[in-house]
Amino acid sequence: MIKIKLSPKVVSQIEAICLNYKNEPGELINILHDCQELQGYLPEEVQRVIAKKLNIPVSKVYGVVTFYSFFTMTPKGRYPISVCMGTACYVRGSEKLLDEFKRILDIDVGQTTKDGKFSLDCLRCVGACGLAPVVMIGKKVYGKVQAINIKKILEELE
Amino acid sequence: MKNYISLKIDRHVLSVPNNITILDAAKRIGINIPTLCHLNLKDTCIKNNPASCRVCVVEIEGRKNLAPSCSTLCTDGMIVHTSTPRVINARRIVLELILSDHPTDCLICPKSGDCELQDLATRFNIREKPFDGGELSLRKKEITTSIVRNMDKCIFCRRCETVCNEVQTVGALGSVGRGFNTTIAPAFDNKLSESECTYCGQCVAVCPVGALTERDHTNRLIEDLVDPDKTVIVQTAPAVRAALGEEFGLAPGTLVTPKMVASLRELGFDKVFDTDFAADLTIMEEGSEILDRLHRFLAGDKNVRLPILTSCCPAWVNFFEHQFPEMKDIPSTARSPQQMFGSIAKTYWAEKMGIPREKLVVVSIMPCLAKKYECDREEFKTNGNPDVDYSLSTRELARLIKQANIDFNKLNNAEFDNPLGESTGAGVIFGTTGGVMEAALRSIYEIETGLELKDVNFNSVRGMDGVRKASIDLNGFELKVGIAHGLGNARKLLEDIKYGRNEYHVIEIMACPGGCIGGGGQPLHHGDINVIKARSKALYMEDANKARRISCENPYIIKLYEEYLDKPMSKKAHTLLHTHYFNKSIN
Repeated sequence: MIKIKLSPKVVSQIEAICLNYKNEPGELINILHDCQELQGYLPEEVQRVIAKKLNIPVSKVYGVVTFYSFFTMTPKGRYPISVCMGTACYVRGSEKLLDEFKRILDIDVGQTTKDGKFSLDCLRCVGACGLAPVVMIGKKVYGKVQAINIKKILEELE
Repeated sequence: MKNYISLKIDRHVLSVPNNITILDAAKRIGINIPTLCHLNLKDTCIKNNPASCRVCVVEIEGRKNLAPSCSTLCTDGMIVHTSTPRVINARRIVLELILSDHPTDCLICPKSGDCELQDLATRFNIREKPFDGGELSLRKKEITTSIVRNMDKCIFCRRCETVCNEVQTVGALGSVGRGFNTTIAPAFDNKLSESECTYCGQCVAVCPVGALTERDHTNRLIEDLVDPDKTVIVQTAPAVRAALGEEFGLAPGTLVTPKMVASLRELGFDKVFDTDFAADLTIMEEGSEILDRLHRFLAGDKNVRLPILTSCCPAWVNFFEHQFPEMKDIPSTARSPQQMFGSIAKTYWAEKMGIPREKLVVVSIMPCLAKKYECDREEFKTNGNPDVDYSLSTRELARLIKQANIDFNKLNNAEFDNPLGESTGAGVIFGTTGGVMEAALRSIYEIETGLELKDVNFNSVRGMDGVRKASIDLNGFELKVGIAHGLGNARKLLEDIKYGRNEYHVIEIMACPGGCIGGGGQPLHHGDINVIKARSKALYMEDANKARRISCENPYIIKLYEEYLDKPMSKKAHTLLHTHYFNKSIN
């Protein structure tokens, strides 16, 4: 877990988001979505600000953040990598791709490299099954990826 | 819609109100459907009903799947079967699945013998673990000053989460993660000791298994008792005597004061004293403080804030230090009876007896787990030596008595030692909600009006409602008092004060439902509110049987002031019997 001190600007942005939803505890998930968009993740301090604004225990906010896999407490890399594990990609060997990413980057799924450049995640189907197996890096889609190509793809992003 | 409906449960046809569950309906005709996650302490707000364990399923004619009886309402003409082979098989599978990743070290589990999962496994004759889910060793174990968490044993009934969040509104425990990785933990998987936890122990009181238990000091006590260099004395809280008997097969509400004293003497304590004595002392200090603040407030002193809040309950003190630090100057500065006792024992009494402080061990028997934390507070130590060395719960005392081969029910009656064992009825009722207020009112009335109190029973402050209010006529002045038990109810009163909606002069708060009698260190009530009510009744009975029922009439208290403290709120009394509070806000 990464401990950071939020700048007053970010705090006021979070407070504005909460206010946008009338500080309504029932809107917690929507608020978390918007707040995650701010910095790409939801560090402890962000959750504490939200809990305070909504007047709910921070344990409740943390419970929701850890329950839904979309929410993350780890900052994403500058190049977020998502390997598709949908059925078509899976049968065409996406698990091998995932292993190769893990090996080269020396991180696990859900983690970010120390230099903050890459983060690794899985997703379920981007609707391009004809290109299986598919990997998304940022907003770019790579189709028919083979494990031997991965090193080169990453190097091109250097 | 009809108010009453009729249905058939097994071979019984019965008529019930239309808004009750099958579980409750069955209970009325003596059919005890097994439950595990379900908990409903009626008349308090403790209710956990996630219908998640599925142990209570029943078969309903015309319905395909089995229905959880804890959350399915009765309907007219319904035909329910509670123990068909299909139902029993389903329950067994549910239990086998729960056991698939539950440790089977029952022999050395602190909950063994009092575990609801163990009881069900016995009841349903589970003799093997057909499913091997593997043990999840990633979950945290933590030992705090009061509570021990062993999350390997958690079965996710969510009782602790409900109690912590919805009843106590503390919000320390919540569910984290999902699927097999779920655990119940403070936010960010922090330690409980670094969370908003008040150590009220209500999570321990409702945990059906060994996931949440108390920090056990029995071995420490055994070692101290055999140490020839140490003088070991004990104080017992009022609520203990109304519940200890339950551990020895006696009915809830059986008063066992004389046998409790005898058992403590058998265990080898050098002196057996009573926290009730210190409760009387608390009334002297707190009562004087109430009157002092009230007089100054009425005289127009702008520096005085009202209402004044009681400060006997350590979980409540933790609660406002964490959640309402801006109001930390409102509660009375009087220490709790436990701490007043320790302070007097290690000064007045120790000096009298010529025992050096470091050779005197003061132990308390409490219905409470927060008391363990309170002993450990730095402000209650002198050169690192605590006023009260450590505190044992009612359950731990029962364990010690059993271990020491004492046949509790055959003990001869015994009486407390003096001077710190003498108490009035006012000290006794400290253990039940409304009791501290009533005790204070008895003394305040006499001190303020100079009149003799004709009827010491203030029935208007008694009862089990979560928030109660009453007006007391103090010879023409209308004293308005409020009472709350359960921290969620306390929060309501605090928010009223915070936003200027206060109408009270004095407020009593106890963290646990029913007050100390429902404390986190008491024998487990297993969801039966009548147990707590019976204990309350027992305390009022002990009060009624006392020769003296007003704290300021306790002869040893009068003597203590004459010989040592001078008068209530004196400089010495302030040093020894009062305290201050801290801002412990995390956010």
